[in-house]
Amino acid sequence: MSRYRVPGKGRVDAARPVGFTFDGAAYHGLAGDTVASALLANGVHLMGRSFKYHRPRGPVSAGSEEPNALIGTRRGPGRFEPNTRATMQEVWEGLQTTSQNKYPSLRFDIGAVNDAAYMLFSAGFYYKTFKWPQSFWHKVYEPFIRAAAGLGVAPAEEDPDHYASRYLHCDLLIVGAGPAGLAAAVEAAGRGLSVAIVDENAEAGGTLLSEPQAVIDGQKAWDWLAQTLKHLKAAGVRVMTRTTAFGYYHQNMIGLVQKLTDHLAAPSADLPRERLWRVRARQVVLAQGALEKPLIFNGNDRPGVMLAGSAQTYLNRYGVRVGDEAVVVTSHDSAWYAAFDLADAGTRIKAIVDTREKVSEDLLSAARLRGIETRLSHSVTATGGRLRLAHVTVNEVDCGQVREGQRIYCDCLLMSGGWTPSLHLFSHTKGSLQWDADLTTFLPKDTPEDCVIAGAGRGLWGIGAALNDGTEQARAALRALGVEGAGGVHAVDHDRSGSGTTMRELPTDRNPGRAKAFVDYQNDVTAKDLRLAVREGMRSIEHVKRYTTNGMATDQGKMSNINGLNIAADALGKPQPEVGLTTFRPPYTPTSFGAFAGYHRGDHFEVVRKTQIDPWAEEHGAVFENVAQWRRARYFPKPGEDMDAAVRRECAAVRASVGIFDASTLGKIEVVGPDAVEFMNRMYTNPWTKLAPGRCRYGLLLGDDGFIRDDGVIGRLSQDRFHVTTTTGGAARVMNMMEDYLQTEWPDLNVWLTSTTEEWSTVALNGPDAATLLQPFVEGVDLTEDAFPHMSCIECTVAGLPARLFRISFTGEVGFEVNVPAPYGRQLWETLWQAGQRHDICAYGTETMHVLRAEKGYIIVGQDTDGTVTPYDAGMGWAVGKKKPDFVGMRGLARPDLTAEGRKQLVGLLTKDGSKLEEGAQIVFDPDQPIPMKMVGHVTSSYDIGTTERPIALALIEGGHDRMGETVHIPMPDRTIAATITGTVFVDPENARLKIRGESA
Amino acid sequence: MLLIHCPYCDETLPEAEFTYAGQAHIVRARTPSDQTDAEWEEFLFIRENVRGPHFERWRHFHGCGRYFNAVRDTVSDRFLTTYKAGEPRPDLSELEGRA
Repeated sequence: MSRYRVPGKGRVDAARPVGFTFDGAAYHGLAGDTVASALLANGVHLMGRSFKYHRPRGPVSAGSEEPNALIGTRRGPGRFEPNTRATMQEVWEGLQTTSQNKYPSLRFDIGAVNDAAYMLFSAGFYYKTFKWPQSFWHKVYEPFIRAAAGLGVAPAEEDPDHYASRYLHCDLLIVGAGPAGLAAAVEAAGRGLSVAIVDENAEAGGTLLSEPQAVIDGQKAWDWLAQTLKHLKAAGVRVMTRTTAFGYYHQNMIGLVQKLTDHLAAPSADLPRERLWRVRARQVVLAQGALEKPLIFNGNDRPGVMLAGSAQTYLNRYGVRVGDEAVVVTSHDSAWYAAFDLADAGTRIKAIVDTREKVSEDLLSAARLRGIETRLSHSVTATGGRLRLAHVTVNEVDCGQVREGQRIYCDCLLMSGGWTPSLHLFSHTKGSLQWDADLTTFLPKDTPEDCVIAGAGRGLWGIGAALNDGTEQARAALRALGVEGAGGVHAVDHDRSGSGTTMRELPTDRNPGRAKAFVDYQNDVTAKDLRLAVREGMRSIEHVKRYTTNGMATDQGKMSNINGLNIAADALGKPQPEVGLTTFRPPYTPTSFGAFAGYHRGDHFEVVRKTQIDPWAEEHGAVFENVAQWRRARYFPKPGEDMDAAVRRECAAVRASVGIFDASTLGKIEVVGPDAVEFMNRMYTNPWTKLAPGRCRYGLLLGDDGFIRDDGVIGRLSQDRFHVTTTTGGAARVMNMMEDYLQTEWPDLNVWLTSTTEEWSTVALNGPDAATLLQPFVEGVDLTEDAFPHMSCIECTVAGLPARLFRISFTGEVGFEVNVPAPYGRQLWETLWQAGQRHDICAYGTETMHVLRAEKGYIIVGQDTDGTVTPYDAGMGWAVGKKKPDFVGMRGLARPDLTAEGRKQLVGLLTKDGSKLEEGAQIVFDPDQPIPMKMVGHVTSSYDIGTTERPIALALIEGGHDRMGETVHIPMPDRTIAATITGTVFVDPENARLKIRGESA
Repeated sequence: MLLIHCPYCDETLPEAEFTYAGQAHIVRARTPSDQTDAEWEEFLFIRENVRGPHFERWRHFHGCGRYFNAVRDTVSDRFLTTYKAGEPRPDLSELEGRA
């Protein structure tokens, strides 16, 4: 056992050694150790390099506030995590850890040249330095900054772990299982309430783990703790350790992350690594305690310089002395106790340096008893030692004068600047703070949430005060829940409440401009930087923070915010409450993306909607594309075919014989009721009153601004029933819009709307042979021009299935869409596929559908329109009912801008050289004008794989409808293409192909 | 996550069940064609950006599907009240202190 391990001390298990590695070297710790405590037990303080100056750093704390000792942890491929706090990571057999921010090694780091050049890297360094010349930015500055940026190394592999999510609803949630939280839980337990208490540490107890000397209600602290936890669990209180409350959200929702495997040597593969809890608590007790403040002096970051309370924790909780010879520097009583505990455990305390003129006689006599030299009214002005503290310089301060320093040799320096309440979660609630001049800190005041704050979190120091406040605050929370608590007072002996003063920088006899007195260790911000920021004009604390990056590191300013505020306030010459504190934001500690993602990854990230016919398409080699959430077959390549070849074949087949297409994804809304026709008249541009049952019409939906929102064919099945179709991606939007108008503008209309998209499978047959193929399967109607002309619909039987049959076309060929109850979709498809073999039936996908419709000039909303296109712009004025009193968008169409000359209008384009245009390409009238040219429109659709002899395109062009036959130009990177403006219909403008030729067989 | 009371379901439910639907009490004219350009502009585009109680619409999208009105304090993000579509604006003075 190493000489730093104190036998019989701490909660580690001396019988269970644990082997782990740090930067490749093997070490042993004990079960119950953190990486930091185990390394300290081996005499290792140097655990990392700082972010900016690459200064050697060791742990300054023993908890989640640790800014320095950040390590990478590894558990095999993919399981690497950077920036883990060595003070929180428990050791397990085989754990591999590495230090960060160093090259080539932790002991010799080239980046430390930044430290020598520290005068260059002052506040606002980036703003001042990387300004000119402009040409340097991309090639020199940005690559340099990018290479230097970032803390640790991001993992390169996909995370193989899984993460869980759960909800918890409880009456009372207690955050923090120290004395205040435990007392609150005791008060609330056994009263028929659901109570949960959470703590980020591996075990509950908080301060009690570091102060075993206390005696609570006649029991030793650790015995009281064990018995209390047993009692709480027996009373049904949910006690969750390794669980961080990372954020406090609206209406008492608290986010928790519970770490489940990071402390285990061989976790079960079934176990999620972390579990995210969304807790909705009726009342919350925040018992997060307080954080010790570092003192600000030159060299306060050298490995071996540590918070006194943390040294006490390492000793009492882990049984580790942090050094052999210590100096203590403090402005608060609490550090004296740490000195006494260490002295009693065998560390030589060479001096207690206190900045105050007076301390209590009890402390002085306890120091005398142990033979410890005490120096009141003293300051520390420097530290020395390369990779580890070797000596400190101590100076007397006499009436504001700093006397000559005296060097004291030591291997650790324990500091305490007093304590500041952990206000993070309270701050998340938008809780207001009030300045306490006595404690020189902010205390919580009011919060809009149903929440109380107890113990050191509101400035009450000492175990007794925390316990009794926990009870009191829990009583208040219980009262709010309508339950009367018992109250009561805990009696505590050997409590160590104390007081102190708050220092800004410690007094020094040196040039403060050269001092490396760190305020924010993680971002390497010094007191000098903060004062410089104020000198350079930063007035708001928010500006000071951002200019210097103080408090912006991953520790969220846990150690630096209050010290930074005190220094900035001093520099500004204002009292602290006038300067204010920066806002704490979630998460309290860094939280993994995995925890937030939970189950939502891979196939569970987003739903992929598949039609009933999708498996057939997959079996037949379809290439798919996503359309909104739907997966749709894009084309069906035969062996050796690329997309162009496949689409060319599919297009030709549809025009030559018959093609079959899965149109099930089209949105479908059933509009039913006595006022259905009136509703349709008001929603769509078209007139519906005279549409006879059994007939269909192309419907155009606008917004009240007059722009096209959606379109689709709508069939009137009976007087009071419409079968509305929408675009695939627009279904939910259209439904929402219809509901909005129906519920809130026209509640007098007697209409029901039902989304039926997934009720129906829709199979489309298109081509000259479509009628001949389909007729034998249809009962109830003859598929002839007379009996069932284009734009007809009927409820009938198809292939023995109840069906809604539509005669409509999105290809320009004779077309049918057969809707059958969704589960029968594949059965119908295969029946038609079999029968179609003698017609050379061809399955086609969305790409062919797009080409064929473009050849006919049928628009796709969202491709040929962009939210600023009116029906008139699109050349579809014919779809607008002129005699209706109103429809959605009618007034909008009369807006001055929408009736103005020179609007962009949809036209066709044929290139002069027969080349294919790029969709999205910009169009100009005059290609010889100087750059920047005046752009007059863009190409919306363009294809060269259809059935036309030349490539075709659709485009929106200013005043396009009046420019038929004119030439426009499309400048491309390598050349400018000339094109002629045409109409939008490239195939069969007479619509002759829509007619069934000859009677069906 | 906010908790929202649906006045139709008479239940207080998580925000995830609801969708926001813009400012409330914007009436679409019975005969929009009679509206001047300025009036129609006001109806289409002009919205308040209040600091404090805001009248707004929500839809219980993953529930009953109904649109309803709410008063939400834009500073505290608290719902002061919710009420059915078509009901009159509540008196703000009676809602004070709920934020």
